[in-house]
Amino acid sequence: MDSEPILAFQGVTKRFGTLVANDDISLSLRPGEVLALLGENGAGKTTLMNILFGHYQADEGAVLVDGKELPAGSTLAAIQAGIGMVHQHFTLAENLTVLENITLGTESLLAWRQDIRSSRKKLDAMMQDYGLSVDPDALVSSLSVGERQRVEILKALYRDARILILDEPTAVLTPQEASRLFSTLKSITTRGLAVIFISHKLHEILEISTRVAVLRRGAIVGQLDTADANREQLAQMMVGRTVSRPKLSPIEPGTPVLQIENLTSEGMGATALKQLNLTVYAHQIVGIAGVAGNGQGTLADILSGLNSSFTGSLLINDAAYCTGDPRAIVASGVGRIPEDRHARGMVVDMEIWENLMSEDIRSPAMSKHEILINSKAALRRAEQQIDQFDVRCEGPMAETRLLSGGNMQKLILARALARDPAFILANQPVRGLDEGAIAHVQGQLLEARQRGAAILLISEDLDELMSLTDKMAVMSNGKLSAVFDSQQHSAAEIGLMMASGGHFEATTGQDSGTGELRGH
Amino acid sequence: MSDLFDILLTAGFWAATIRIVSPLIFGTLGELICERAGVLNLGIEGIMTVGAMSGWMWVYQGGDLWGGVLFAACMGGLFGLLHAIFTVYLGLSQHVTGIGITLFASSLSYFVYRMLLPNATTPPKIVPFQPIAVPYLSDLPIIGPALFTQSALTYLALAIVPVTWYVLFRTPVGLAVRMSGENPVAVEAQGINVLAVRTGAVMVGSAFMAIGGAFITMSWFDAFYFGMINGRGWICVALVIFASWRPGRALIGAVLFAGLEAMQVRAQQSAGAFIPYQFFLMLPYVMSIIAMIVMASRTKYPQALLVPFRRGERV
Repeated sequence: MDSEPILAFQGVTKRFGTLVANDDISLSLRPGEVLALLGENGAGKTTLMNILFGHYQADEGAVLVDGKELPAGSTLAAIQAGIGMVHQHFTLAENLTVLENITLGTESLLAWRQDIRSSRKKLDAMMQDYGLSVDPDALVSSLSVGERQRVEILKALYRDARILILDEPTAVLTPQEASRLFSTLKSITTRGLAVIFISHKLHEILEISTRVAVLRRGAIVGQLDTADANREQLAQMMVGRTVSRPKLSPIEPGTPVLQIENLTSEGMGATALKQLNLTVYAHQIVGIAGVAGNGQGTLADILSGLNSSFTGSLLINDAAYCTGDPRAIVASGVGRIPEDRHARGMVVDMEIWENLMSEDIRSPAMSKHEILINSKAALRRAEQQIDQFDVRCEGPMAETRLLSGGNMQKLILARALARDPAFILANQPVRGLDEGAIAHVQGQLLEARQRGAAILLISEDLDELMSLTDKMAVMSNGKLSAVFDSQQHSAAEIGLMMASGGHFEATTGQDSGTGELRGH
Repeated sequence: MSDLFDILLTAGFWAATIRIVSPLIFGTLGELICERAGVLNLGIEGIMTVGAMSGWMWVYQGGDLWGGVLFAACMGGLFGLLHAIFTVYLGLSQHVTGIGITLFASSLSYFVYRMLLPNATTPPKIVPFQPIAVPYLSDLPIIGPALFTQSALTYLALAIVPVTWYVLFRTPVGLAVRMSGENPVAVEAQGINVLAVRTGAVMVGSAFMAIGGAFITMSWFDAFYFGMINGRGWICVALVIFASWRPGRALIGAVLFAGLEAMQVRAQQSAGAFIPYQFFLMLPYVMSIIAMIVMASRTKYPQALLVPFRRGERV
C-alpha cells in the first residue's frame, strides 16, 4: 500500500435537483487494488462512477488521475486517462459484431478505411493474454449475458485501461459465471491494473475486494481493508441500522390453488415455455429461480392475462383460468405484482388514488352504474390503504411519479392484496428496493401466506428465494425443473441448474420435493 | 400478357425506368443514412422540393448546372441541420418535426419561386443536363440506350450506391453512424460525440435528398412546377424499410418501383380501353405495400431509431 494512488476523488459533490447524490466524496485507488464500493440502491455509487467516466459533471470537487486533474464531463478524456467502465446495462450494439463494438472510437473518424486486420490481431492477442474468449465476428445479439460482459471488459482493455470500473457486474450472471469473472479480475489486478467493483452483495465484496468503501445516502460512511471487515459490520454500515428480514415459519400447505399442466407457449427461443408443470398450494410460497430471460416473463404474462397463446391446462381453485382476460383473472382471486413497476405496475403520470382503484373501475363500491367514478369512496379507500401499507406520500391526490421505488411497490401490494387474493403472482417484488422496503414487502407476502394465499415468487436472487419460499423450481431455457424443498439444495447447486439449460429431470408429479439433479 | 412482355423488351421502357429511379436513389440513400444514425427524416418530401427549386433557380439565374447541384445540396444540408437541431439536440418528436420541416420547406420553396418570378405564367425553362453516351457500351441493344445514354446525374446516382455502402460499412465514421442508430450510449461510452455524428448524418442525408429533387428539375424536366415531388419522398421512406437499411437492397427496391411506374404508363396506353387508367396509376403503390408487408416481418430496425439521446441524463 505504499505506491502512489493512481486515482483520487477530492470532495466530489453532485446534486440532482434537491437530491444530493454524492456528498463531498474523497477516495483514492492504488494500482493492483480491488476497491469495492458498497451501498444500497440509490446510495450514489453509480453516480460517482458516472462522474469519473465523464457521463456526469460534478458540481464541486475534482477527480485526479496520476495526480493530474481529469477534465470534467468528457468521456474521451476519461478513456485517454486509462479509465474503462463496464456499465451495469451493457453499452453494446446488438446488431453489430463483437469486433465492431470493440473497435468503435479507436480509429480516427476521418480515416478512409478500418484497419480490420490489425485490430483483429490485437484483440486475439489480448484474449489469449487474459483468457477471455469471444468470437470476434459474432453478432452481439447471439451472445449470452456472460459473453457480453466479457466483450465489455475487452472493450476497456483494448483501449489500454489501467482503471477498470465494474458496475454491479454480477447482477445478471449465474454463480458460475460470476466466479469466472472473479478469476478474470484477479488475473487483471496481478498485472497492475486497479479495479473498482460496485455491488450491494456482501459475500461478493468479501471475496473479491482488497478494500471496501461504504456509501450511504451519497456520503462515504466508512473505508476499511477487506481483511478487517465482516459481513454483519458491513451490513450495518450500509443500511445504517439493523434491519432483519422476516423469517418463514413452518405451516402445513392446504388445498391446491394454482395448477399448471403441460403449459407450452407459442414462439421460439429461451423465453418460450416448454411443458411446464407446477402446483401451488394454499399457505405456500413457491419460488422460481433462474437468470432473467429464460421464460419467467412469459409465464408471468400468461398468468397476468397479457398473453394467451399457449397450450396446456391452467386451473385456479379447480376452475378454468380466465386466460387472456385480466379483469376476469383479478375477479377470480388473483393478485398481481408485475416485474416492472413503472412500465406495468403503475401509470406514473396519474394520481395515487386513480392507480389504486384501477382494478376496481367497475366495482359497485367504486362506481355508479359502472359509468361514473365514485371518487369519494375511491379517495377514502386510497387513504386507508396508504395508512395501512405505510406509503410515504403527500396524500392520495399526489402524482405517482413522485414516489420512491419502495413506496410505489407498497401501493402495488396494497392494490394486489385488497381483495384478499387466493393466488398471488409476485414477479421480482423487491428488486431495486432498500432494506427497509424489502422487509416490508416480504412481511406482507408472508402475512398473505399465513392467511392462506398461494404465492408464486419469481426472482433472480437466490438468497431471497431460499429464505422466503417453501418450495422452489429452477427455470432455464423455458423449461421448469421439478419442485424441491427450498432447503434441499445449496445456492451453488441451484446455480448449476440455472446454467445447465434444462439438464435436469423434469417430473410430471404435482408435488415431489425430490427432483433429482443430473449432470454435475 | 404478351403486351407486358413487349414493353419489357423496349429500350424506352428501360430508359424511363432508369430516369425514374435516379431521384429515388438519392432520396432513399439520404433517408437511409439518417435512419442508420437513428433519426427518421420525414422532412424528405419538403427537402426534395427545396432541392428541385433551388437547383433549378440557380441555373435560371445564370449559374452553371453543377453549381446548381451543389447549391441544392447545401440548401438540403441546411434543412437537415434544422431537423437535427430539433430532433437531435432538443430531442423533439422526429415524426412531428419531420412533417413540420416538409410543410415549411415546400411552402418556402413555392414562396421564394413566386417572389423571384412574380410575373411568370408558364413555367420558364432552363437547359438541363444532356444525356452522355458512353462510347461502345451505348451501342449495345436495349441496355445501351437505357443504361449508357443517361445524364451525368444518373451516373452519379448509380455511383453513390457503392460509395454509401463503403462509407457505412468499411470506414470508422460509418461504424460510428451505424452504432449511433443502434446504441448511442455505447458510442458515448467510447468517447465519440453522438450528437455530432447524428447531426452530420442527417445533414449529409438531407443533401442527398435535395440532389434527388434537383434531378427532377435539372435532368428529367427543365422547369419547376408546384407539387412536382408528388409523394416521391414518402416512397423513399418506404423503400428504406423495404431495403432493411441496406444500400444495395435500396437500389433493387428503387429499380423495382421505378420499373412498375414506367410499366404502368405504358400499360395505360395499351390496355386503357378495358381498364381505367387510375388502376395502373395505383399499381406501383399497391405493389410497394405488398412488398413492404412481405419484407417487414424480416427487417431488423436500427434499435435506437426514433430514440433521442440526451447526455448525462439519469436513467
